[in-house]
Amino acid sequence: MKGSQVLLEVDNLQTEFATRDGVLRAVQGVSFGLDRGQILGLVGESGSGKSVTGFSILGLIDPPGRIAGGSVRFDGQELVGAPEQRLRALRGKRIAMIFQDPMMTLNPVLSVETQMVETVLAHEQVSRQAARDRALDALGRVGIASPQERLAQYPHQFSGGMRQRVAIAIALLHNPDLVIADEPTTALDVTVQGQILYEMQKLVREVGSALIWITHDLAVIAGLADRVAVMYAGRIVEEGAVDEVLGAPAHPYTRGLLDSVPANNVGARRLNQIPGMTPSLLKLAPGCAFRERCKYAAERCGQMPELAALGARRVRCHFPLAVTANVA
Amino acid sequence: MSEKLRMTEALLEFRAVSKRFVKRLDAVERLAKRLGAQVTEHTVHAVDHVSFAVAQGEVVGLVGESGCGKSTLGRLGCGLHRPTEGEVLYRGVSVFAGGGRQPPIQMIFQDPFASLNPRMRIAEIVGEAPRVHGLVPKAQVADYVADLLKRVGLDASYARRYPHQFSGGQRARIGIARALAVKPEFLICDEAVAALDVSIQAQVLNLFMDLREQLGLTYLFISHDLGVVRHLSNRVVVMYLGRVVEIAPTAALFASPNHPYTKALLAEVPRIDRKRRTFVPIKGEIPSPLAPPPGCHFHPRCPQAMARCAAEAPALREIAPGRWSACHLND
Repeated sequence: MKGSQVLLEVDNLQTEFATRDGVLRAVQGVSFGLDRGQILGLVGESGSGKSVTGFSILGLIDPPGRIAGGSVRFDGQELVGAPEQRLRALRGKRIAMIFQDPMMTLNPVLSVETQMVETVLAHEQVSRQAARDRALDALGRVGIASPQERLAQYPHQFSGGMRQRVAIAIALLHNPDLVIADEPTTALDVTVQGQILYEMQKLVREVGSALIWITHDLAVIAGLADRVAVMYAGRIVEEGAVDEVLGAPAHPYTRGLLDSVPANNVGARRLNQIPGMTPSLLKLAPGCAFRERCKYAAERCGQMPELAALGARRVRCHFPLAVTANVA
Repeated sequence: MSEKLRMTEALLEFRAVSKRFVKRLDAVERLAKRLGAQVTEHTVHAVDHVSFAVAQGEVVGLVGESGCGKSTLGRLGCGLHRPTEGEVLYRGVSVFAGGGRQPPIQMIFQDPFASLNPRMRIAEIVGEAPRVHGLVPKAQVADYVADLLKRVGLDASYARRYPHQFSGGQRARIGIARALAVKPEFLICDEAVAALDVSIQAQVLNLFMDLREQLGLTYLFISHDLGVVRHLSNRVVVMYLGRVVEIAPTAALFASPNHPYTKALLAEVPRIDRKRRTFVPIKGEIPSPLAPPPGCHFHPRCPQAMARCAAEAPALREIAPGRWSACHLND
């Protein structure tokens, strides 16, 4: 194996978008690390900055957006401010991305074969035949039946679940060190989602890739990830091992999210709801962004709490909920 | 559920309802056919001989994956589609009986962005129907709208705004206020919370339950989200490729599903209490409704399929009081 255990270090990442109504700070100082082969779930509601965090790692932020600060170190190299050429050499080769809508990744007027062979040849000097064999093998690995026939087909001849499989096969062509998956199963049916989760889990174990799985669905994360980071209004509010964070959340927002899931209210007439709505990132008051909706909020919450260690996890709250008897 | 919501009368009834959509040949295809080409019309069996009833005061959840016909059935229920075969009855009378009498059914749609006219103010979106139908005198429409907005948890001053000024959760509430404006007895909710974030979804689901108690509403709640359906419904109807495969009281269905498809569906639902599990998928995908498999539609994916399943479609039969399933394994 290469180098150290740590594959990715994101430190104080800040991404903002210039809009007509002012600067929108989508990601405001996100920091986390990821080890080789680890699966991190990045969870949050719409507008929490989870997708922008994923895009920022790969440098996929176009004007009017920009990465305003912070650093992303991938296997020892700094990616923020790296020349486009170096990022291109990494994208698709050592870091791959899977999007929510596979039609975003697949070109509708090119056959699957053309697209897959192109991906192989973009990073490696091999013969067309060797590239084609790799593509065939990759389609087989993601559970596509009769890959010979399927390779010659066009994206519209595939169903939604099959298209997402092709996108995953393309992402895994170069056995990447890191896969960033942005809501890849949200548009799929439950039984198909189950299949894709199964394939992903199997493949990242086989290939040894680390995986960042961006989603709003806590239940998917519970089954898939090793670690979870919960985002709210552009910041991580809680981060730690899945069992700990989802088993005994310390941040009132994580607690509220878990409590509002219907499956956690079996037999109850009403769901426990979080009052209010997610704040606009343009009009964010200073201090903890969640305090307007938080029943524990006090005067101190007018100051932004740090993402501080609490046992093995990190939590951004002045009044973290008691997680065990001996942690106050 | 509480005693006052006693379920007696069948309010909405589907009687052997089928809906087929036919893609007619266009001019070029007709010409090609006349010249001897093999061109045929495509028929989609969206809903295939569905029968069940929703009783007064009940919440029935209708679940299934995309393409199973659940939305088409919802639209049949409120008269947006005419059934190709069979009848849809409301209190024993066809929803197409006419005579100027519309059944008191309203529909709430999935997309809170597409279902509100962006160029109308909220006052007009909510107040138009009751004014046109003469439910409320013109002079009182403004007060009526203000009351409705308060009922769904919005500020009455919002009436002058336009839809784009609201968040997704607020728009969902406006859609509900619009449905309530004509004093319906029956709401058909088609994926009404699917587009909302978890914390907002919980608020809207609570609103549905409050309205049910306050106004004595009956619901047909269409969703692909089994957690939501489990929370809201008294009974669940499971559809697969146009057919009903199982009907059961909610608790019984989740405790002991009968049909292999229901079992697979429940097993696939990710759950927070199942951490770092190994996903074991069900094989295959929903076949195209353009060419459904013969016999039981589920047999190509069913782990317990027998020779008979490919030849003969199982009938929906009562397997225990109140429980229905369409599977040969029950014979």
